[in-house]
Amino acid sequence: MLARAVTHALVGLEPRRVEVEAHVRELAAPAFAIVGLADRACQEAKERVASAIRSAELRWPDGRIVVNLAPAELRKEGSGFDVPIALAVLAASRQIPHARLAEHASIGELALDGRIRRVGGVLAVAEGARRGGLTDLLCPSDACGEAALAGVVAVPVRHLADAAAYLRGDLELEPYVPTNGTAAPRSPLDLAEVRGQERARRALEIAAAGGHNLLLGGPPGTGKTMLARRLPSILPRLDDERALEVTRIHSVAGLVDPAHPLVVEAPFRAPHHSASTAAIVGGGPRLRPGEASLAHHGVLLLDELAEFQRPALEALRQPLEDGVITVARAAGTIRFPARFQLVGTMNLCPCGARGDPNAQCSCSAQRLARYKDKLSRALLDRFDLVVAMPRPRATELAAEPGESSHAVCERVSAALDRLRRAPPGRTSDADDFLTRAVERLGLSGRGRARVGRVARTIAALAAADAVNVEHVAEALSYRAPDELAR
Amino acid sequence: MKALCRGELPLLLRAIHDPPKRLYLRGNGAHELLEQPAVAIVGARACSAYGSQVARMLGRELAATGVVVVSGLARGIDADAHRGALDAGGHTVAVLGCGIDRDYPAAHATLARRIAERSLVVSEYEPGVEPAPWRFPARNRIIAGLAVATVVVEARDRSGALITADFALEEGREVFAVPGEITSALSRGTNALLRVGATPLTRAADVLETIGIEPHRDAPVDHPWIALLPASVDELVRVTRLDAGRVATTLAELELLGLVAQGDGIFRAAQ
Repeated sequence: MLARAVTHALVGLEPRRVEVEAHVRELAAPAFAIVGLADRACQEAKERVASAIRSAELRWPDGRIVVNLAPAELRKEGSGFDVPIALAVLAASRQIPHARLAEHASIGELALDGRIRRVGGVLAVAEGARRGGLTDLLCPSDACGEAALAGVVAVPVRHLADAAAYLRGDLELEPYVPTNGTAAPRSPLDLAEVRGQERARRALEIAAAGGHNLLLGGPPGTGKTMLARRLPSILPRLDDERALEVTRIHSVAGLVDPAHPLVVEAPFRAPHHSASTAAIVGGGPRLRPGEASLAHHGVLLLDELAEFQRPALEALRQPLEDGVITVARAAGTIRFPARFQLVGTMNLCPCGARGDPNAQCSCSAQRLARYKDKLSRALLDRFDLVVAMPRPRATELAAEPGESSHAVCERVSAALDRLRRAPPGRTSDADDFLTRAVERLGLSGRGRARVGRVARTIAALAAADAVNVEHVAEALSYRAPDELAR
Repeated sequence: MKALCRGELPLLLRAIHDPPKRLYLRGNGAHELLEQPAVAIVGARACSAYGSQVARMLGRELAATGVVVVSGLARGIDADAHRGALDAGGHTVAVLGCGIDRDYPAAHATLARRIAERSLVVSEYEPGVEPAPWRFPARNRIIAGLAVATVVVEARDRSGALITADFALEEGREVFAVPGEITSALSRGTNALLRVGATPLTRAADVLETIGIEPHRDAPVDHPWIALLPASVDELVRVTRLDAGRVATTLAELELLGLVAQGDGIFRAAQ
């Protein structure tokens, strides 16, 4: 007897329809095989499915069972196939009706006792189901919020027995009612906690308003990381379209919070400097999105930038340019969106004493050169704003608390709005000034464009009608110093 | 590429205790360039932002008056002195401690090319000679030998720059040292020179007066903030009570006028 269940496998972020066919030949010698390029986690489904079916007080069919995951050439990964496999086996052994099963897509991992656990990528699978014309998705109850975002009817199932009873018509399951829920609380980090560092705060505000990449340099303990971690607190919330894009990526990585499925805050990712290239840009054997994609429409903080492996840093050049990461495989290429804002922090020398009047730098010339060489010009060129943060004097640390994130965020939102509606143009005076500066300082074409962009953001923050000389001058003060750009 | 034999060496270099047998030249500058008044600017490779700025400023101001700036193409002070001279559109000579066809350190290949485009790169070593530690002290005697005066900007104890200063003293040439903080390891060598009688250098004009060249006088440009420097933007924010953006604007305008320069977040007067 043959039966079929529908689910979706993910290729990168793209759902592909997978038909789970089960064939049960009763009275043959007992055996259970899964074919169709299933990976290890998927092969192990055999044990989970068999145990879960028995725990759900359903009958494990005697005889030879073959499960085929079609199309057979597509690699299937992970444990999300457990539920569709179990349902196909149940239908093939005439325990649930075929017709009902064919109206539903399903996804989920089975526990040995039959409970259904959530897996990553439910949103993308739900979108695949909707595009494929299926309106109902049987999904783990705590992943329903995610599935509902795709506009499908999410049927929450907690246990395999519930799923079987629901498909037989013995049990009514209320479809999940999408709610926006309560908004996820904003991060508790606030700019008010940063004292002094007026220049770096200003640079952070400009970076937030213009989506510029920011490099903070300075000796340890001057608050580089503290400041960088507060950038998300002055970024406005994501609009609906962006929120869905970000949620899709986070869903695949299994990072969605069931209580607040839609990611509405700009994401913030800070991988450790020991991270591999695949961890940062994505890929790896399972083709997972990397930190750069998880930071899509948000902030990617590379703390201690010069300590990262050079290949990992160089791999960021493509997403910084195009906003996508292309992972090429023999079987084809996969694109992960990765339009993030890059924030880097670094010491001014390997020993960290540079820029600190109270310490002696002990680095040799070679060591210093190697440290700076770690950042290729090409990468350095992507930082629109470069700010050196010297160690503040004690009196600055005793200063009043700074302005709160809320106040800064309002200015940033207003500036973003202006930039989107009518970006200010440069006055001819400002143009002449920029040309003179480019000649005097020997800026590259890219350097000139960068100063122009930052000046435009500064003008938008000032609510000016046009970019004036003063805006260009301020923008020039954030260029990379010569000793770094060499 | 050209080579001068001992008889063709510039007078000052021929006068030293141990002149090189040959001097190889590379670049578009005429070899008469070596006969013009020259000042050597040398110092630490791992220099501070302060040292780097002083070297660049001296290179610029000396070259602007027509003095040839001589140095060793090394990282740090040497490179900044060369760059300063190039900024001013003046002449600068790089003396190598390896074969004339080599650029050492490799990171300064572009700098060497820019020097050769206008002035000269010189070496006593024929093409193909590898850089070796013992060749650098020998190179230093040529740096000191080509110059009427040697300026040491920053030097640690036992720095190579002190060897250059020693050669200069032995040949009776003027030696200047830039005073630094007495607590800084990077000033130990220069302060030791001052203690034994080197002339403290407080501005480029000090050197020019000694070698009898009229300092180049631009119309003096001044700004009330110059008196507040060195300072970070944050310090200026507190003193002037302007916001960080306004302070940055003013500093960038002053920087374009060549009045201030930035290093590691600290702005200093550049004249």
